[in-house]
Amino acid sequence: MKRYPANRLFTAAVALALAATLGACGDEGIEFGTRPENRVRPVAPLLLPDGRPDPVVLAAEQVVRRGNGQEPTTLDPHQATGRPSEHILRDLFEGLTTESAGGQVVPGAALRWNISRDARTYTFYLRRDLVWSNGEPLDATDFVYSLRRAADPTTASSAADTLLPIQNAREVLAGELPVEELGVGLLDDAYTMQITLTGPTPYFLGLLASPVAYPVNRANVEAFGDSFSKPGNLVSNGAFVLTEWTPRTRIVLEKNPNFREAEDTLLERVVYVPTEEQATEVNQFRLGELDWTSEVPSNQFAWLQKNYPEELVVSPWMGSYFFGFNLTREPFENNPSLRMALILAIDREIITDKVTRFGERPSFSLVPPGIDGYVPFVPEYADWTQEERNHEARRLLEQAGYSEENPLRVEIRYNTSGNHKKVALAMASMWKQVLGVHATLVNEEYRVFLQNREQKVLTQVFRAGWISNYNDPYSFLEVFRTGHRGNDYGYSNSTFDALLDEVGTERVRARRERLMFEAERIVMTDNVIIPVYSYVSKRLINPHLRGWQPNILDHHPSRFMYMLRSFDPNALAPAPVEDSAPDGLTELEVLPGEESGSVDEAEIEAAADAPETSEEPPPEEGEPR
Amino acid sequence: MRQESLFHHASSRLLGLVPTLLLLVTISFFLIRVAPGGPFDAEMAAPPEIRANLEAKYHLDEPLLQQYFRYLGEIIAGDFGPSFQYKDWSVNELIARGFPISATIGGLAMVLAFFAGTLIGIFAALRQNRLADHALMGIGMLGISIPNFVIAPLLILGLAIYGGWLPASGWDWSWQRGVLPVVTLALPAIAYIARLTRGSMIEVLHSNYIRTARAKGLPEHLVILRHALKPALLPVISYMGPATAAMITGSVVVERIYSIPGLGSYFVQGALNRDYTLVMGVVVFYGVVIILLNFIVDLVYAGLNPRIRYDEGR
Repeated sequence: MKRYPANRLFTAAVALALAATLGACGDEGIEFGTRPENRVRPVAPLLLPDGRPDPVVLAAEQVVRRGNGQEPTTLDPHQATGRPSEHILRDLFEGLTTESAGGQVVPGAALRWNISRDARTYTFYLRRDLVWSNGEPLDATDFVYSLRRAADPTTASSAADTLLPIQNAREVLAGELPVEELGVGLLDDAYTMQITLTGPTPYFLGLLASPVAYPVNRANVEAFGDSFSKPGNLVSNGAFVLTEWTPRTRIVLEKNPNFREAEDTLLERVVYVPTEEQATEVNQFRLGELDWTSEVPSNQFAWLQKNYPEELVVSPWMGSYFFGFNLTREPFENNPSLRMALILAIDREIITDKVTRFGERPSFSLVPPGIDGYVPFVPEYADWTQEERNHEARRLLEQAGYSEENPLRVEIRYNTSGNHKKVALAMASMWKQVLGVHATLVNEEYRVFLQNREQKVLTQVFRAGWISNYNDPYSFLEVFRTGHRGNDYGYSNSTFDALLDEVGTERVRARRERLMFEAERIVMTDNVIIPVYSYVSKRLINPHLRGWQPNILDHHPSRFMYMLRSFDPNALAPAPVEDSAPDGLTELEVLPGEESGSVDEAEIEAAADAPETSEEPPPEEGEPR
Repeated sequence: MRQESLFHHASSRLLGLVPTLLLLVTISFFLIRVAPGGPFDAEMAAPPEIRANLEAKYHLDEPLLQQYFRYLGEIIAGDFGPSFQYKDWSVNELIARGFPISATIGGLAMVLAFFAGTLIGIFAALRQNRLADHALMGIGMLGISIPNFVIAPLLILGLAIYGGWLPASGWDWSWQRGVLPVVTLALPAIAYIARLTRGSMIEVLHSNYIRTARAKGLPEHLVILRHALKPALLPVISYMGPATAAMITGSVVVERIYSIPGLGSYFVQGALNRDYTLVMGVVVFYGVVIILLNFIVDLVYAGLNPRIRYDEGR
């Protein structure tokens, strides 16, 4: 074969041009797309005195298209795990309790409830006018059937651990007791039911708002078996009904006219669009095919912040990102000061500002801030400068017997993912720079990693973290109990375990919080984890879409949402809406859901403190912290 | 005589499918079970009671050999079982919904690649070592070497987001949503086929019988179409068999980037999630498709190449 210089020159030129294009669309993103000033704006929201939007500001078509991440695993509420399924199920069903737009627990199918003095027995009084989406009446017998189904071993629900606070749930799940023995039953009539717990569980009302506690229609389940959750078969009791499900394409819900608050539901249709790639979701949003994304990719965060400042919404989420130590192995076994040295030598602000760069908050605690009023334990060194931390770290490392001649060698293990890799690399280089530690990185495919982490044979420092599924700090603490299934650290401290036992029986909120604070202090001063940051939820939202509120659960039921119509600068019609509320978003954040939330909260308290039983302990007994 | 032997050949090849598939099922069944981790592992392990219930439901508590024979029995009956990950769907349903989409995109991409590739290849061969030839083959080399996951975002940026002519992603059986994935999938194949065609065309054009045809005074276009094209396409045909199989069974990368609900992603998702039934179902299905396509290619090859006969030896 001859050599073709012209050919090679050409190839090189094209390759160069391509490389330049690619370089230009690196982290800073691409300069294409609609400029912010050219985008269509919504009118300012005009709200009626009751907090609902004035019909004149509403778009003609009340449809929202929500990007939903992965394909949902199932729409059987009792089998569902994972956020994509749960988002959809919250629109389709309603539990005894439910959540307001702001994430507060409010009455759902139950109008009110009493909690016994020992906080172990909950009596629920259901609304009497409830119907299923097919028009059949819905009462407490449906809830009793459903909770039993969820706990039935033959259902094999992987979400059933949520039900474990209920009396006998563990035995029923293990097949040792029949489902009828589950601590759930009718009381006086078909509209009153009682749930007995194994111990006080302050977050139990919140658990009842999760999918595994939703009612399913018995006739429907029995008629269709495993395919009862398919469109056309599924009967539900929430604000929307399922009309279409094309796997990995779309799930369409339509407004349920039989829902108890149907007249307050403004959206006519909700379309959930699954996308495996976060970048694809952003593209669809930019083209106007989505009104809401499930996430945004971290490498586009800075670019989106610049170009979509109004659409990009970031708010705290109840998750912590940290790395763990394997306490059962050298070199970290019985060596808290060595662990402390590694914890101190990490500059968290560099990690969040320069490495991950997606709006996370640097953290020194186990429990993320903002969970149910709890203030996390913050160690002393959080107030030091990084220079002071590094100095102390070097002292501790030396004390542990390591030096330049005898450097510490550690392995950081994580599951394959760009973000984990970046953080692990940053940690390794900080350790190298500050302490002269030789860290090696090992990445593994997710399931392999999970298995190794659980076996505690290979790991030294490993990627950990926890995103809670209920609004209570206990969720983060219980993982560190001796022998807990999530305790991949091999951590065991009898004082800590005893404190958690006390938390499990404490009914007074303030005292319980102090116990949890003390427990968190113990874990943190035992140096079990390397806290890095607390999670935030981050997504793009169409400014026309209103009615949602940022909340730490990151739960956003569609029934509170509505679409504003677009602002037309050429229209001659009077535009009073423009003048009345120039800063639409701030006004909105306070108004619709918040108001209904506070009303409902008053309702709960009224119900809980109902004088007829008056077994309820005073809510704020004990010294405030 | 020839018909009969072709039939004989075809039926023996089809019979050969059975042991191949059995081997495929057996190896992949045990390989996926050897992979560390299981289908129900999560960030926090499930309580033992719940784990036991799940394993009982999907028969994972039985001895492995018993599971193997249970699985064999099921697939002989045509049932790939329920998916562990997508609990509301059976593997049969998922394949039935995913395959037509993958097959459409892959089939169209292959047709496009075949016609565009051979045309470019012939054109380049006829202008051997001239500027057009160098330019086309240079672009072709780029097409082969630039991966899909680079081309796709560039196409989306240029044609969808910046240009606004086409949707960025998604699938609804409209031609607009098909254009970008089909083109992305076809580009490397076009380049490859063009290079194959060019090479073999040049070789054929230098052969004696072409010289004879030209010496007879046949017009050049007839020389190309009637005498040179068929033998020149032989390497393309043998490339097309496996290439078509790879394309119509779904490209993971293209499906992910364009958010297309084809079969390719199930393969990867199934493996990552240790969704044993889904992986096995897709593997067996792939196996059948690939074997069938190679078989068809053999038949076409025989039709095109006068030197191959299945009644040889008679």
